Amino acid sequence: MISFDQNAFLIIVTASLIAISCGLLGVFMMLRKMAMTGDAISHAVLPGIVIGFFVSGSQRGLEVIIGAGLLGILATLMIDWLRKKAKVQLDASIGITFTLLFAIGIILINIFAYKVDLDQECVLYGEIAYLPIDLWITGSGMSMGPRITWLAVLNLLLVLGFIRLLFKELTLTSFDENFGLALGIPAGAINLSLMSMVSYTTVSSFEAVGAILVVALLVVPPAIAFLWTKELIPLMKLTVLLALLISVLGYYLAFWLDSSIAGMMVTVAGVIFLVSAVLKSKKSKFSFGTQEKEKSFTH
Amino acid sequence: MDHFLYFFTFQDSSIAFIVIGITLLGIGSAYVGTFSFLDKKALLGDAISHAVLPGICLGFLLAGEKNPIYIVGGAFVSGAIATFLSSWLKENTKLSEDTIIASILSIFFGFGIVLLTVIQKTGNPEMAGLNQFIFGNAIGILEEDLWIYGGLAVLIILTLTIFMKEFSLLVFNAEFGKAIGYPMKSIRLLFNVLMILSVIIGIQAIGVVLMAALLITPGAAARFWTDKLSVLLVLAGIFAVISGIAGTYISYVIPQMPTGPWVVVSLSLLALISFLFAPKRGMVYRYFARKNYLRKTQNEHILKSIFKATEEGKSGLTIEEIYQLYPEQKKQSLKSIKNLNKDHYLIVNQNFISLTNSGLTEAKRVVRLHRLWESYLNEYMNIAPDHVHESAEKLEHLLTPELEALLESRLNYPKLDPHQENIPRDHD
Repeated sequence: MISFDQNAFLIIVTASLIAISCGLLGVFMMLRKMAMTGDAISHAVLPGIVIGFFVSGSQRGLEVIIGAGLLGILATLMIDWLRKKAKVQLDASIGITFTLLFAIGIILINIFAYKVDLDQECVLYGEIAYLPIDLWITGSGMSMGPRITWLAVLNLLLVLGFIRLLFKELTLTSFDENFGLALGIPAGAINLSLMSMVSYTTVSSFEAVGAILVVALLVVPPAIAFLWTKELIPLMKLTVLLALLISVLGYYLAFWLDSSIAGMMVTVAGVIFLVSAVLKSKKSKFSFGTQEKEKSFTH
Repeated sequence: MDHFLYFFTFQDSSIAFIVIGITLLGIGSAYVGTFSFLDKKALLGDAISHAVLPGICLGFLLAGEKNPIYIVGGAFVSGAIATFLSSWLKENTKLSEDTIIASILSIFFGFGIVLLTVIQKTGNPEMAGLNQFIFGNAIGILEEDLWIYGGLAVLIILTLTIFMKEFSLLVFNAEFGKAIGYPMKSIRLLFNVLMILSVIIGIQAIGVVLMAALLITPGAAARFWTDKLSVLLVLAGIFAVISGIAGTYISYVIPQMPTGPWVVVSLSLLALISFLFAPKRGMVYRYFARKNYLRKTQNEHILKSIFKATEEGKSGLTIEEIYQLYPEQKKQSLKSIKNLNKDHYLIVNQNFISLTNSGLTEAKRVVRLHRLWESYLNEYMNIAPDHVHESAEKLEHLLTPELEALLESRLNYPKLDPHQENIPRDHD
């Protein structure tokens, strides 16, 4: 039943690459308390993807990436505009922005259905299982291997470069925006560039794991890591390890149950998350919460 | 147009039935959503609406068909687990609230997708009906299902109306409610139950992904029009119903269109109109109110500076002297002078500007308010005379005639302010 062939290897590698890219960005999103903004962006890029699709005529076009990037930035600006200019409270601003943009995306998919090879299911959970047959063929007709894997490699390289280049700025503005501003770091620009990276990663990954499950990869591994450590570097290392772990386990469980690989990766992450939360909860209420209370009486 | 008439004259009884259903679902969800919006927990609704997906799938797997009882039951259980988990995580871990909500939302949704693909592989022909829960399809709701969902909506609306006072306490001041002896924990529990139920009925029309809009947007939009809770709830209900019917109509005309996205687009349109044009809170109103206020301040500053010149024995000021007083605002000063001249407050003689009689009265009023306020701060608040000017600069534009009369009587009609300057009155 359990096999380890070339396809399995490719799928696991691609899934890990995507999970690592998302997780590393997610660490900074979480530290900025912007997990829900990440959620909003991953929904909001949808109309950009559809329009890019429509303009370029294929999902390989640069237009798709540009469209999604623009929409991601638009979503960030719209949340900001609703909050600061229209004075809507933050949670509602996020909710209104992402539902509107996602709704427009779904409507566009239905309008362009005859022209765009993109369906609602693909948006929801992607299909990483078809990755080995979607090959990147060069102009001279040579096959270079799966296209999505190459995209994931490029994505991870860009994310690593981005974090390395702006590590100091990202860290400072994540922990203390005002101190960062005082040192002359343009917090707004750093923030927007992080959001652009998140949108780009969402687009680059949505074919494989679906736009909504990208959120899980952005949020859950950093959240698990944060339950175990508070220091930034161990946090990032642990996130990478978790990304690898859920890719491997997710693939084999999905293979075994014959279900969505991306969904299974998230489910595995969810189980690890809940177990970690119970183990690391402030007081493990389930096991000895009452005992401790009694102790305090006898003191 | 034929479609339009056919749809809205309700010739087809099933359309009338669906419109009634959508109306109830919309009101129920908007009602609960408005409370959770006021509670600043709007995104918890988003988490719950994603979290019911695995429950729906499990209900489907257990029943083997789209049985509404199983589906509502399954959805309720998984929604309840998600709600419980998010409050447990918030209390017992150091994770921030947004991380918790995003995690719960995506984990449950991911698990739901796993179940959905498992069901897909079983090849059950009823499977097509499950996709409706993701983007919503109001037209596709069966009549017998509508009885259940409509009944739940009525139950939600009634419960919220009966316990309106308790729920207001919960969202506005839970601590106070606890202090005066209300069982706030049970009220919160009941509210969470209603929230999960409203999500379950709402997703019939709008789908799990976009359900958050039906909870958040009506309340957020209605909040711009009123400060009264009862009006707020009614308005939110109306917004939800209008968009619900609009969405249903569109998926009736274009059959492959899911209802949810159109409901969200029409809701957002109503919200945008509210954000821009609502009286008092809307951006357009606030823009003009701010502009008016700025113009008023400019005008009053010009009048004040000319009045101060007359106190020093001059009969007025030249334009250059005014420019020197406000070097950053030459353009605005010139505009103010033109306006004041048009309103007959100023006489402009070549470049020399002096006050008319009505201008003098107005200038005296501003200076009087300024100096009265300084005296008040000095006498009643014990603020040193050299610290009172800043505050008076702001208040001179804001104090109403009633407050002026009150200040005068409190201070016993003083002649001099703390800087020993004369407080000007109309009769001197």
